Amino acid sequence: MLTVSNLRKTFNPGTVNEVRALRGVNLDLPEGAFLVILGGNGSGKSTLLNAVAGTFRLDEGEIHLAGKNVTRWQEHKRARLIGRVFQNPFSGTAPAMSIAENLALAARRGQSRRLGWALPRSLRNELRDRVSHLKLGLEDRLGNSIGSLSGGQRQALTLLMATWLKPALLLLDEHTAALDPKSADQVIRVTEEVVTRHHLTTLMVTHSMQQAVHLGDRIVIMHKGAVAHHFEGANKQRLGVDDLLARFEDLRRRELLDEPAAALLKETYI
Amino acid sequence: MTLLLGALTIGLILSLLALGIYISYRVFDIADITVDGSITLGASICAVLIVKGVHPLLATLAGFAGGLAAGTVTGILQARFKINPLLSGILVMTGLYSINLHVMGKSNVPLSSGETITTWAERAGQAWFGKADANLLGWLVSARDLVTLLAAMGVILVVCLALYWFLRTELGTAMRASGDNPQMIRALGVSVENYRIMGLALANGLVALSGALLAQYQGFADAQMGIGMVVWGLASVIIGESLIGSRSLGLAIYGTVAGSVIFRLLVAIALRWGLNPNDLKLVTALFVFAALVLPGWLQRLKKPATPAALPG
Repeated sequence: MLTVSNLRKTFNPGTVNEVRALRGVNLDLPEGAFLVILGGNGSGKSTLLNAVAGTFRLDEGEIHLAGKNVTRWQEHKRARLIGRVFQNPFSGTAPAMSIAENLALAARRGQSRRLGWALPRSLRNELRDRVSHLKLGLEDRLGNSIGSLSGGQRQALTLLMATWLKPALLLLDEHTAALDPKSADQVIRVTEEVVTRHHLTTLMVTHSMQQAVHLGDRIVIMHKGAVAHHFEGANKQRLGVDDLLARFEDLRRRELLDEPAAALLKETYI
Repeated sequence: MTLLLGALTIGLILSLLALGIYISYRVFDIADITVDGSITLGASICAVLIVKGVHPLLATLAGFAGGLAAGTVTGILQARFKINPLLSGILVMTGLYSINLHVMGKSNVPLSSGETITTWAERAGQAWFGKADANLLGWLVSARDLVTLLAAMGVILVVCLALYWFLRTELGTAMRASGDNPQMIRALGVSVENYRIMGLALANGLVALSGALLAQYQGFADAQMGIGMVVWGLASVIIGESLIGSRSLGLAIYGTVAGSVIFRLLVAIALRWGLNPNDLKLVTALFVFAALVLPGWLQRLKKPATPAALPG
């Protein structure tokens, strides 16, 4: 379903701020797979998600999604195939517009927008129905502006919007990181429900080992812009929080070793 | 009474300008100074065509189209060439000054001879009331002024309804969202750039339409008539919001029109009380400054600054 081959990206090349964010990432996801991406700060996990979404131009590599080579597609064109939920709960919804209008915008994701009424009666009924499934009590407040809702409610609605039309790929970028624990649990519950019901191919970036262990059928740990570990099938099922922490400790120790060694070399030879 | 009718009519005509600024300022959060040029563009295209004997309705629509084109250029500068929004507006406004002079061929085109929407109103008034004067609630007013006011009301009503309808369509909703949250609407498959160009085109089209009607009402188009118009429109939008509010789209449109009319009435009263017309632009600018700054100050007076964090 999603094939990512040899992705490379360097931001600000040739300057002091040069960041080699992706250094040859490869992924291959069959339809219906749910991949959890873990990694420390600056490991390139969010950059990978943004690369798939088309936020920036790649230096090298190709992305194939649903049988199409989308490497050169612009971000808004890829939206035809991709549903997204961002880390910031304010990023996924238009605050000045009503809940109903936001959902109506999502109901035409990737399709042409015409001069028809944005909220016809048939759509209103469907909105009520599907919002009530979230069990947030929002179905009677569809006329309220989204800006008046809490971060958790907005994130749950963004999830509903991203999956209103079944996407070929769902991208979740640390979508519970900015929420309080209770809202985060609620959003995770909705995520699980939606992904299972629609059998969605999903990429989820997270900081939470708990989520990584409980969700998904495969895990990738990224380090320095490349895939450091990859678990799937029975290996993934056996994995516990402690095992994951041990892997991270491993990577951290390797890096600690690297830095003093580099400093020593610099001192000696420069 | 004549003064009041005149102020109401001009206020209504300029409410189209205010609606244009509502789109650029409130939907896209841009103070689009293209307006200073596009209102003149609408006026000069319309005036020149009318002098050439073109049907006034067609001439008015041509003015509207001119504004659409001007807004499209500003939008392309912003969205395609990534030029700062304010600078894009300044560039197009400056360019339009020369274009307007070329359109008119001189700095002023009088409409004394041509057939305009205003002369229609005059004839309609004659036919309707049978004489040059009409009795309005005990006042004797010129039938021409009264019918012109009614005609302006009709035009504004139609434009407002059309605008409201457009902003509630799939297209218009996506346009509003691309101003409200570009990241979100891009993720829903909308080219934010194209919608920004479309929005600025529509905004300047409305402004030019306002200019075309204004030229017919005042009987001339002038190369200088656009100076300070963006501030005028901002003042109208701000007054409308503070008086009517912007809880819903319908209220926001209604408020903008009301704001424009009220602002024009205030200006008429101030001029009547002896305000030097030369000071008008300065007073308008000060007014907008106050409207932008005062709400923040008042809030700070009401709520004393939060105490510093407790020592830990």
